[in-house]
Amino acid sequence: MMKMTSPAELEKYRSSILEGIDSGRPSVSVCCGTGCSASGALEVVSAFERLLEEKGIQANINTKITGCHGFCEQGPLVLLSPGNRLYCKVTEEDVDDIIEETLLANRVVERLLFVDPVTGEKIEKEEEIPFYKKQLRLIFGDNGKMVPTDIRDYLSLGGYSALAKVLKGMGPQEVIQEIKNSRLRGRGGAGFPTGLKWESCDKAEGDIKYVICNADEGDPGCFQDRSLLEGNPHLVLEGMIIGAYAVGASQGYIYVRNEYPLAVKNFSTALEQAREMGLLGENILGSDFSFNIKVVRGGGAFVCGESSALITSIEGRIGEPRYKFVHAAEKGLWDRPTVLNNVKTWAAVPLIINRGAEWFSEIGTEQSKGTMIFSLTGKVNNTGLVEVPMGISLRELIFEIGGGILEGRKFKAVQTGGPSGGCIPEGLLNLPLDFEKLAEVGSMVGSGGMIVMDETTCMVDVAKYFLSFTQEESCGKCVPCREGGEHMLKILERITRGEGEERDLELLKEISDTMQCASLCALGKLAPNPVLTTLKYFPEEYLAHIKDKKCSAGVCKELIEYLIDPEACTGCGRCLKACPTGAISGEKEAVHILDQEQCIKCGNCMEVCRFDAVSVE
Amino acid sequence: MVSITINGREIKTDQEDITLLQLARSEGIGIPTLCFHKALLPYGACRLCVVEVTGGQNTKIVNSCAYPVREDGISVQTNTPKLKQIRKNILEFLLARCPEIDMVKKMASGLGVKEKRLPEKSLPEDQTEECILCGLCVRVCGEVIGKEAISFVHRGAEREVAAPFYSQSKDCVGCTACHFVCPTGAIKVKESGNKRFISPWNTEITLVTCEMCGISFAPENSGEYLQAKLGLPAEWLKLCPQCRRKVAAETMGKYDFTSRNVILKK
Ligand SMILES: Cc1cc2nc3c(=O)[nH]c(=O)nc-3n(C[C@H](O)[C@H](O)[C@H](O)COP(=O)(O)O)c2cc1C
Ligand code: FES
Repeated sequence: MMKMTSPAELEKYRSSILEGIDSGRPSVSVCCGTGCSASGALEVVSAFERLLEEKGIQANINTKITGCHGFCEQGPLVLLSPGNRLYCKVTEEDVDDIIEETLLANRVVERLLFVDPVTGEKIEKEEEIPFYKKQLRLIFGDNGKMVPTDIRDYLSLGGYSALAKVLKGMGPQEVIQEIKNSRLRGRGGAGFPTGLKWESCDKAEGDIKYVICNADEGDPGCFQDRSLLEGNPHLVLEGMIIGAYAVGASQGYIYVRNEYPLAVKNFSTALEQAREMGLLGENILGSDFSFNIKVVRGGGAFVCGESSALITSIEGRIGEPRYKFVHAAEKGLWDRPTVLNNVKTWAAVPLIINRGAEWFSEIGTEQSKGTMIFSLTGKVNNTGLVEVPMGISLRELIFEIGGGILEGRKFKAVQTGGPSGGCIPEGLLNLPLDFEKLAEVGSMVGSGGMIVMDETTCMVDVAKYFLSFTQEESCGKCVPCREGGEHMLKILERITRGEGEERDLELLKEISDTMQCASLCALGKLAPNPVLTTLKYFPEEYLAHIKDKKCSAGVCKELIEYLIDPEACTGCGRCLKACPTGAISGEKEAVHILDQEQCIKCGNCMEVCRFDAVSVE
Repeated sequence: MVSITINGREIKTDQEDITLLQLARSEGIGIPTLCFHKALLPYGACRLCVVEVTGGQNTKIVNSCAYPVREDGISVQTNTPKLKQIRKNILEFLLARCPEIDMVKKMASGLGVKEKRLPEKSLPEDQTEECILCGLCVRVCGEVIGKEAISFVHRGAEREVAAPFYSQSKDCVGCTACHFVCPTGAIKVKESGNKRFISPWNTEITLVTCEMCGISFAPENSGEYLQAKLGLPAEWLKLCPQCRRKVAAETMGKYDFTSRNVILKK
């Protein structure tokens, strides 16, 4: 690859790539993101390669291995153009049909189309699937269009034009002003205004400055950052280079968790390619600006994603949070001015530079601009990564994009923001999603986690579950988080065992308050959120556990009983065979009896019963 | 010059890098602490030293041990009902952790803990928890002695202080500074013959013998290291504390070798 020595040269190279692309040529993009790979996308790719070669038509058809499209649940996904047709759950065996029917004869393979769970309708084009229809995929959208390891693909989609624009005619101050005007806020959780952070770093004294990309992404169930790094690494890289130019940093770091080998690989490849092309390193695009990036692999502790712990960890010490009354922008890595931003924050930068702060600030709500990527999971029909404009309502997200609750059950709550977010009840479903609104109701945007719960979820159990995660991940340094969290967990365990007392609820609130006010870092300050919101919105569930010793969702083992309805039982013997402890007895074709003493409440009997004769109470 | 108010009293300072805790204490305003020691860097773990800082419309709760006095005009409260509640909770937590430790019991009752609302930490029988994880020992070893003989291991509720792999630390110079700074007496030092045992670090140190009286007293292999590190007089390696005191009572009056300040006063 040739080294580019000016923005003009880059533009010329881009034109030559674009000229080389035959847009009429059919192309197959197979999603090989984490989800699709796990469900067999790599086999689909090799089937395409083999069959296209056998048929001698590999030269006429483009095959692309792309990053995550977001709709992982329907994977492996195959996108075909022209026509932007999306095939879902594709297997090796389908490949021949796709080639013969769609690529060669331009006919649809009906059985591979997406079926709308709400209407039962088959949908052909990606953009018409409800899951995608309401999304605004600004940051994520290009993931499905490019081979992440080929910088030419990124260039053909306009990549590095923001960097060229900056180096051609924007001073660092202008760049910072543009980011400030866009009112972009950090996507790592706290929503701190990015422009202000850059400005204080720029103003801080110091000959050496750093920028860091936080790709620790420790929230269970979140993989937005991973998907971006895997699927569009150059976008994140371009953002970092622009940021470094704006604040005057000469060295950058990206802190990626060790469990993300593909993200590390693709980002490292991107670094190499950018260096070769003169987009990174000494005298970028022939300018005076030099900047380099190192990849640091994180050990995987959740708390290492916290900014001060992450910085300590890059310095080679144990990743534990430090109190910080002086911002990292003034005194960060090795006490030098440092800008630390999340992957998605960096990825938004090239878009803002290209399309302008005004365009960006028109998307979203009064105080939260742009889009946010959520990882939608739980009891909804369509799960996956969704990018939506800030301000979209929870209802739209869950019932339109998410296609409603699984098996037509009733919605109960949605938990947003990762393990330290709050649980939001049905009454607040019209809430527009933004930093402020979610915080007002006791939750947060956080990492963009979104877990939908239905009537089969016990809210006390949920609070216990999330708290046990944050407790496990607490570094243990400060007393409120370490000891307070442990006591809360013990109380919740007691309640779910039916041993709770009413005064426990006051105690939970009091300890939560101490943790929120006095913990050293945000892990401890936020950890009580799931408990506080469930106490606030679902107090009756706590009381039912404490006073009536009942778990209405049928989750808490100590409080439930499985019952066999003698009217409905046919004596088929299925439950008897499925019971691991021999608690069920009964002659063939006579009503079966469940011995509560021996029952371990595994629920097997209910699962296998064909006559709905087993119920839980 | 920065001028602030603490509990309504106006206080001025031109000391750079002074913290709220230092300033308050120098004015005779008491703030309880557990993990702070004036010879060590602030650590911010016990959270007892929390205060309310108001600047403009915003009030925030911060740990005063590390909060730099930089903003002119802020007002600080050190003992509001909210802060009392936090401190009381923290001592309830510590009391549940270390129910047998006098110092914790005293502090708890001093800060208003009347009843035990929380269950005690469960440990195997015949064991009691004595460590509150304030980290003073780890920090004195690193910051003052310049060694890393002990460190924190494990996360969250499992966190504890230990020598590497729970066995004799190669780095330990046997100075027992950790023992001196420990506020709960969790670190025990025993001497017998020319051996010194530091539990719970599983560390055994051989001692040199006093030239005057013949008892064993200073660590054999690291006397010189400590002497240089702490700027101790040459006699330190030759005479035991008792003999040294006898010999040098007048000239070295400023060293109080028996108190816990010996190392830190340097
Ligand atoms: C316990 C904890 C874990 C965190 N984990 C992450 C993370 O995985 N990724 C991230 O970008 N920010 C994480 N943060 C937030 C960071 O501290 C920091 O606010 C953020 O990286 C700043 O970037 P931004 O301004 O672009 O949001 C975490 C915070 C806490 C308290
Ligand atoms: S003395 Fe400030 S946190 Fe312990």
